[in-house]
Amino acid sequence: MRERSLWTLSIASTGVIVVLLGVHMTLMHLMGGEPLEWGSVVQRMRSVLFATTYVLLLGAALYHGLYGFRNILLELNPGATLRRATNAVLLAGGLGLFVFGTWAAVASLGTGATFGG
Amino acid sequence: MTARTHPNRLGLRGWIGGRNAGFERWLYLLHRISGLGLLAYFVMHIFVTSARALGPESWVQAMAAVSGPVFEIGEYLVFAAFAFHAVNGIRLHFVELGFLIGRPIEPIYPYATSVGRQRWLSMTVLAVAFVIVVFGGYSFFIAG
Repeated sequence: MRERSLWTLSIASTGVIVVLLGVHMTLMHLMGGEPLEWGSVVQRMRSVLFATTYVLLLGAALYHGLYGFRNILLELNPGATLRRATNAVLLAGGLGLFVFGTWAAVASLGTGATFGG
Repeated sequence: MTARTHPNRLGLRGWIGGRNAGFERWLYLLHRISGLGLLAYFVMHIFVTSARALGPESWVQAMAAVSGPVFEIGEYLVFAAFAFHAVNGIRLHFVELGFLIGRPIEPIYPYATSVGRQRWLSMTVLAVAFVIVVFGGYSFFIAG
């Protein structure tokens, strides 16, 4: 039951990724200017829409990617202890990356306001 | 998913494929390899782009660290991996949900295998991914 829920969530995350990656790329390339120049970066950093979709995409993509990685590792049929360790390491790593990415998005709102004038 | 009913008894070789691996099995392997590549890129992307929170100097330094022909080719490989992974992922969703693979039929000799009835879908995936990768290559390296 638990595995089925995780699998269903992984399928659902693909839909979220498709939509939000589309939004992400649109905001990156259609907001004017060269996407990687600091001026364009500041413009995006000040956007709450960009920060919100970034955090949601971050969560969905991390879940989808790490869940897939977990399946590859668990396919080797590790013992119960190693299985729990794998789950714990991937969960901790995923949460750590999510917190770090979210911090960057939220802190960027302030940085964008500072440098954007 | 847990492998409770069909355990992988081949170990690491089971990742690559068993004997007589079919065409879909190679797509499966390619899906995994492209997925792992995308995951590695994604983690790097999180760290590199977080430099924006520290100001313009950090951003310029981070962008300088990931510029050059090696990273440009790497970026294209990420694009190619994404194109294949996304299109093949759509196929996997269809198969998972029972779409585009025909109705169940009675097993009457000569047997029509479900794999044979899905082959056109697999070939379509490869064709669409190929077109996207070629078009992307043109956009990356020629059109600029």
